[in-house]
Amino acid sequence: MALLFCLCGPALADPLDVSQSPPGASACLGCHGATETELPSLKNLSAVEIEAGMDAFRTGAREATLMNRIAKGFTPEETRAIAQWLATQGRAK
Amino acid sequence: MSLTRRTLLASSAAALAAPALAQTQGKVVVIGGGFGGASAARFLHKMGFDVTLIEPNAQYISCPFSNAVIAGLRDLSQQTFTYAALERQGIRLVRQMASKIDNSVRRVTLADGVMISYDRLVLAPGIDLNFEALPGYDEAASNLMPHAWKAGAQTLLLRQQLEAMSDGGTVIISAPANPFRCPPGPYERASLIAWYLKNHKPKSKLLILDAKDAFSKQSLFTAAWKEIYGDRVEWIGLSGGGKVTEVKAKEKIFITEFGEHKADVGNVIPPQRAGKIAISAGVADQTGWCPIDPVTFEAKLAPNIHVIGDACVGGGMPKSAFSANAQAKACAQAVAALLRGDAPTEPKLVNTCYSLVKPDYGISVAGVYAPARGLLADVQGAGGVSAANASASVRAAEAQYAEGWYKTITQEVFG
Ligand SMILES: Cc1cc2nc3c(=O)[nH]c(=O)nc-3n(C[C@H](O)[C@H](O)[C@H](O)COP(=O)(O)OP(=O)(O)OC[C@H]3O[C@@H](n4cnc5c(N)ncnc54)[C@H](O)[C@@H]3O)c2cc1C
Ligand code: HEC
Repeated sequence: MALLFCLCGPALADPLDVSQSPPGASACLGCHGATETELPSLKNLSAVEIEAGMDAFRTGAREATLMNRIAKGFTPEETRAIAQWLATQGRAK
Repeated sequence: MSLTRRTLLASSAAALAAPALAQTQGKVVVIGGGFGGASAARFLHKMGFDVTLIEPNAQYISCPFSNAVIAGLRDLSQQTFTYAALERQGIRLVRQMASKIDNSVRRVTLADGVMISYDRLVLAPGIDLNFEALPGYDEAASNLMPHAWKAGAQTLLLRQQLEAMSDGGTVIISAPANPFRCPPGPYERASLIAWYLKNHKPKSKLLILDAKDAFSKQSLFTAAWKEIYGDRVEWIGLSGGGKVTEVKAKEKIFITEFGEHKADVGNVIPPQRAGKIAISAGVADQTGWCPIDPVTFEAKLAPNIHVIGDACVGGGMPKSAFSANAQAKACAQAVAALLRGDAPTEPKLVNTCYSLVKPDYGISVAGVYAPARGLLADVQGAGGVSAANASASVRAAEAQYAEGWYKTITQEVFG
């Protein structure tokens, strides 16, 4: 238990290293961050699932309050890079 | 002898190598510990730079959701953050006002005279309320007619005045011309004050006097006001005579181009400009804001000084906490590249501003931005406001998401 705390503690408190993040990725963190909130977490999604979600938001295949307006600002290639980066940072599965 | 020398050489090589890992070359000074500056400090430190954050206040009191404090829906303690997590992270905190920037020798002078030098400076001083722009409205007048546009004592003063007002009174809010901090803020405030009046002082009215003819999320706000608050809320735009040209603080009178309005509670949101230090350092232009390179956030008027948040000319990006935080991360990435001698990559940014029309009714405006024509321009086809005819459950979901955003962002910025 204590060990778990030690492992999670710093990861939660510290920001991510965004020096290699692809364009736009760091802005996703403003809503999909380290903490559990009222917003959906991306933590249990794989990079492929995030990309598929964004594609569906972009085309309108998936209804949303907000994400369709954001997804339309990114190309499929940009979206893929973002999804893969989030996964390498532990912010997705 | 030679062994000692070898050991010495080896250990000094290690000593050189070790800090290179833990701490990348380059000393960054950040001025201002708000959403922009505190974010920049955290992200740059995480990348291994030596970071000093200059901020005079021990606590940061946040504006987002402060309109709910005014309406009695929230406590100011929920708006209050400390810099403990930043210190724990290893950021050097200097509790002083920066009073002078001498960019030719890359040095900041603090109010107490101490000097700090930098390789690159990140400037995030937020706004100054312009107490010279509106006749009759100076700092003393703001104790009678609060602005509540910097959260804290002013927020509580406006709340107390509303609580003290008798039923049947008139609340007047005056909103400035663009650009200013938080474009939807005056209208969210009007909404939540109307909510308070509806529930506590139902015979009272609210009037918004506006120096412009259009405002953020206008059609959504207007429709919601009609639906929820009936004719309790009235808005007068520029062409209807809404521009306030003078105030008489003692009498709580707003003078417009067309006449006079007397308030029982008067909230003056005055014109604004970049924080004083940006102006005195010559980083702001004649508009009072700081033009920047949209890739690096480097000031067009001063190399090595990067400006983020409300103080910069964000192009299509509004002056919001979300923008300040997003800009901080993109700026940190560019500063890191420049200090390492790499070419900065073109960023892409996002902004989203949620507003509450009532506690369970949220609406939003969003945008995606990329450098174009020397500015951060809207990516065409993206962004926009919440759907016009959304159901109550969608409005309720957006109100919940607004809470979620606030928790996420404040965790990222203040730990
Ligand atoms: C009523 C209201 C509601 C809002 N709601 C929202 C919302 O829902 N969502 C949203 O995204 N935004 C919202 N905003 C906007 C948001 O508060 C600002 O856009 C945001 O605070 C800007 O961040 P910043 O870092 O540029 O400036 P600030 O947060 O103002 O931080 C500037 C910091 O710099 C320090 N400073 C200034 N000068 C110096 C100096 N010379 N030396 C050292 N330190 C200095 C100050 O003490 C301050 O801590 C709202 C604003 C208001 C007024
Ligand atoms: C302002 C807050 C905000 C920002 C910024 C944001 N999101 Fe979202 N995200 C949401 C909300 C709200 C939802 C729920 C769907 C909806 O109603 O829009 C969501 C849902 C999602 C989902 C679906 C999750 C699931 O459970 O299936 C994905 C994937 C996603 N976002 C990815 C991203 C990516 C990638 C970015 C950055 C480009 C991003 N989001 C930026 C608020 C945000």
